[in-house]
Amino acid sequence: MPGLVPPSLLPVLAAASVVDRITFGIGATIVILGAIGVVISRNPVHAALMLVMTLFGVAVLFVEQGANFLAAVQVIVYAGAIVVLFLFVIMFLGVDRQENLAEEPLPLQRPLAITLVVLGLAGLLVLAIGSHWSTGAPSVAGPAQAQHGGDVAALGRSVFTTYLFPFEITAALLVIAVVGAVVLARRPRDGDKVEAETDGGGPGAPSAADGSVESTESVARAVAGTVSAAHGRADADAVETGEVTP
Amino acid sequence: MSIAGHWYLALGAVLFSIGAVGLLVRRNVLVMFMCIELMLNAANLTFVTFARMLDDIGGQALVFFVLVVAAAEVVVGLGLVVAIFRRRRGTTADDLHMLKG
Repeated sequence: MPGLVPPSLLPVLAAASVVDRITFGIGATIVILGAIGVVISRNPVHAALMLVMTLFGVAVLFVEQGANFLAAVQVIVYAGAIVVLFLFVIMFLGVDRQENLAEEPLPLQRPLAITLVVLGLAGLLVLAIGSHWSTGAPSVAGPAQAQHGGDVAALGRSVFTTYLFPFEITAALLVIAVVGAVVLARRPRDGDKVEAETDGGGPGAPSAADGSVESTESVARAVAGTVSAAHGRADADAVETGEVTP
Repeated sequence: MSIAGHWYLALGAVLFSIGAVGLLVRRNVLVMFMCIELMLNAANLTFVTFARMLDDIGGQALVFFVLVVAAAEVVVGLGLVVAIFRRRRGTTADDLHMLKG
């Protein structure tokens, strides 16, 4: 890391206190190790736990920069909700097995991806370190620390005055996301005969041409649809649970 | 006096690049989602850094909205993964060639 910093920055860095430097070093190490762990771990569960590590490191860096409220939200929302959702889906689908990372269908993909990203990273680092970011007048949002209450008061005032309309829009966004997730994850019931028919016929036809597992699956699905149409809810549930069990 | 913002910007760039490599290289859709989270976190770190460097609460407010959008994105994305898994029995990107001509 020290090689990345031009000599003109070293006095600025030396002005930082020892505690700040140690905190930044530990936080940055946690973040980088966790991120590398997400990418190279073969088990999705381990990747999710490494993601938690990165998120905690980012929260530490938020605190270090005076964004206390965002650090709390980061831990609660990311580590407490999003990663738990990831783990829930991994366990629910039963995909928590090792995968073979050496197997690579497209031989050119990894070198090409790494080359492109390294080029992008070089550009970003030149911009981040070499440029002067003092732009013109500050925006209308206000200073980062309020007179009383620190960053929490400043952020609250900003969100509920300047950014009130975007804040209201996020409510609509969350409702849309919840409804969309329910619609996507829902299983067709006997009440929706039309959906059961398209389920068996529409996507089943191309996958039946594939042969093997998909065709039997679509047949089972069509059977489930027919049975549910003929015999009602109890039979359909029995067929569906029998089909879903791997 | 805390650390100069350039260090945070460089760290954000490195974190974003690691996430981008993971997104391009991995084939498990769940891990690809986690890499997207890494990239979003790198952007958040950059926003907070600029909020401190320019003494402007707008950066922190934007992080707040990014968090909301990330939560919505994960919910819908994982719903899609569950729906696809129910039909195709796999969560790798190679299983999702239904739209291929």
